[in-house]
Order: sequence, then structure tokens, then C-alpha cells
Amino acid sequence: MSEKPTPLWEVFIRARNGLSHKHAGSIHAADAEMALQAARDVYTRRGEGQSLWVVRSDQIVASDPVDKDMMFEPTASKIYRHPTFYEIPEEVGNM
Amino acid sequence: MVDKKSLFNYLLRLGDDQQILSQRLGEWCGHAPTLEEDLALANIALDLLGQARSLYTYAGEVEGLGRDEDQLAFLRYENDYVNALIVERPNGDFAHTITRQFFYSVFMDLLWNGLLKSSDETIRAIAAKAVKEVDYHVRHSAEWVIRLGQGTAESRERMVDALDEFAIYTGELFEMDALATEMAEAGVGVDLAALRPQWEAEVNNILTDAGLEMPKVNWMQTGGRSGEHTEHLGHILAELQYMQRTYPGMTW
Repeated sequence: MSEKPTPLWEVFIRARNGLSHKHAGSIHAADAEMALQAARDVYTRRGEGQSLWVVRSDQIVASDPVDKDMMFEPTASKIYRHPTFYEIPEEVGNM
Repeated sequence: MVDKKSLFNYLLRLGDDQQILSQRLGEWCGHAPTLEEDLALANIALDLLGQARSLYTYAGEVEGLGRDEDQLAFLRYENDYVNALIVERPNGDFAHTITRQFFYSVFMDLLWNGLLKSSDETIRAIAAKAVKEVDYHVRHSAEWVIRLGQGTAESRERMVDALDEFAIYTGELFEMDALATEMAEAGVGVDLAALRPQWEAEVNNILTDAGLEMPKVNWMQTGGRSGEHTEHLGHILAELQYMQRTYPGMTW
């Protein structure tokens, strides 16, 4: 008997209102509903979440590690993109 | 005024149901078909264990003889347990475990919702926590019933076998014997027989989605509520009670 492999899903959890969903890991499940349940059962056992996203792993478009230099290296020399050159007036306090 | 002895026995029924099924589900830990399901079943088992602890603790207070949750859970004899037979049935294959969970969870969902209106404040509080847990047990087991029923020829066949096996253990859940009647009349408990039409409707809904049918049975197995058990309970208790029997009073 041939069996179809069970699809892999990526799990994202939002811990609190106002935060964004954060990647937590992955699970196997046959379909979307079972993926949500598996994500709940595997990744939210200790009160980690208020909201869950699951997305099929094969639906994620990822950058190629080979392109790392082209994609990300050039930004290393653009330090002026970091807002660290401003003098903050004292009366503003902590930002 | 509710009779203390009756309330105690009623709480034992509720507690034993949750504890024995929790122990059964715990047997899957490390053995379930997938990691995801291993955790799912263990989560359900822990929900049930938490409910059993609350029920036993309260039962011990009502009894007033100084017995705590551990003594009630671990130091009674086989025929002192008053759980329904369905929860002590072996896990069988995954379809059996899911079918048992589905039948039982749909029932408990109705029962806990009824107990939200119990005249007993502590039971109301336990029910308020339990309804959220059992809601998920229903959803999880029902979704599996549908997928197994509509899965492969083999998964369907296994579901049909499981329904055949467990159907005769469902009648006991709705039995209104003297104690159940006394508790319902006192407003502490729920009229179990009255839950049955809704249980059947919910179960049939899901089975229809699954392309399955509830087997027609004209006889129901019974005995658990009066301490008459299948041969399986003794084996469960042997494992369950071993530590407390070997090291009396042990805690951690």
C-alpha cells in the first residue's frame, strides 16, 4: 500500500496582543484544521500563545543561501541607515 | 440538605471516570502514531487528571474522614471504583481510542455544561474549568472520526470495528439509578437520561460527516456504577496503584 507523506506545516504563535506572530517550529498534519490542532497541542502547552498561524512549509518562498552575499552583505556598510547619529535633547528623556 | 454520603459517591463516579480514562490515555505516551498525536492524547489525559484531582479532593472533604485525593485515587479496591465501563476498555488501535474519546467527550461536554448550573458551588467551579477543556476534546476526537471515516479503506474499516465495540458501552453513561436520580432531584447533578437525545444528535452529525453510521444495538453493557467491572480494571489499577502500595505515603 502506498501512503502519501503527511504535509509539513510551519507554526507561528502570537504570545500577546500587540506582538507579532513568531515562528515556533513545525508539525506534520494532513490538513489545515488538523495542523492547527497539532500546533496547539505541541507548541502551546505552557500558555505560550493567544493566537496561532499555520502555513504549509512548501508554500513558503525562501531566499537561497547561495545569494546571501548579494542579498544582505551590501547593507553592512550603510551604517547611516541606523538612526544613531542624532543628538537627543535632554528634555525628551529615554526614547 | 444533600446527603453527604450520596454526594461523596456521586463525586467518586465523576472522579473515577476522569482518572481511569486519563490513565488509559497515558498508556499512549511515547507510543502514539505520531509525535503530534502523542502530545495531543497526553494533553487530554492531563486535563482529565486535573479534573479527577479536583473531584477527589472535594470528595475527601465531603466525606470528612481525612482522606485526600491520593488516598481516593490510589488506595481503593477494584470494586470500590464506580467508573463507567467505557473508560476502562483497552486502547485498542488508534480508531478505538478515538471512538472511545469521541463518545465520552460528547457526553462529558453535555454533562459539564449541565453541572454549570449545579446547586453545589464547588461542582459549579470544577465544571467551569472543565467545559473549556472538554470542548477541545470533542473537537479533536470528532475531527479524527471524520478523517478516519473518510480516510483509507483500512481506516474506515477500523472505525466501523471501533464503533461496533464501543456502542454497547454508551448506554451506561445515561443510566439514572437511585444515586443519579437523588443527585438530579437535589439539583446537584443532572438528569442524564435527558442528555441522551442531544448526545445522539451530535454523535450522528459527526458520523454522517465521516460517512459512518452508529451501529444498532439492542443491549447495553452495565455494571461499572455499582463496582462490577470488566477484567481490565484490575490491570489498570495494578499499574496505577503500584507506587502508593509499595511506598505508602510517598509524595514528590
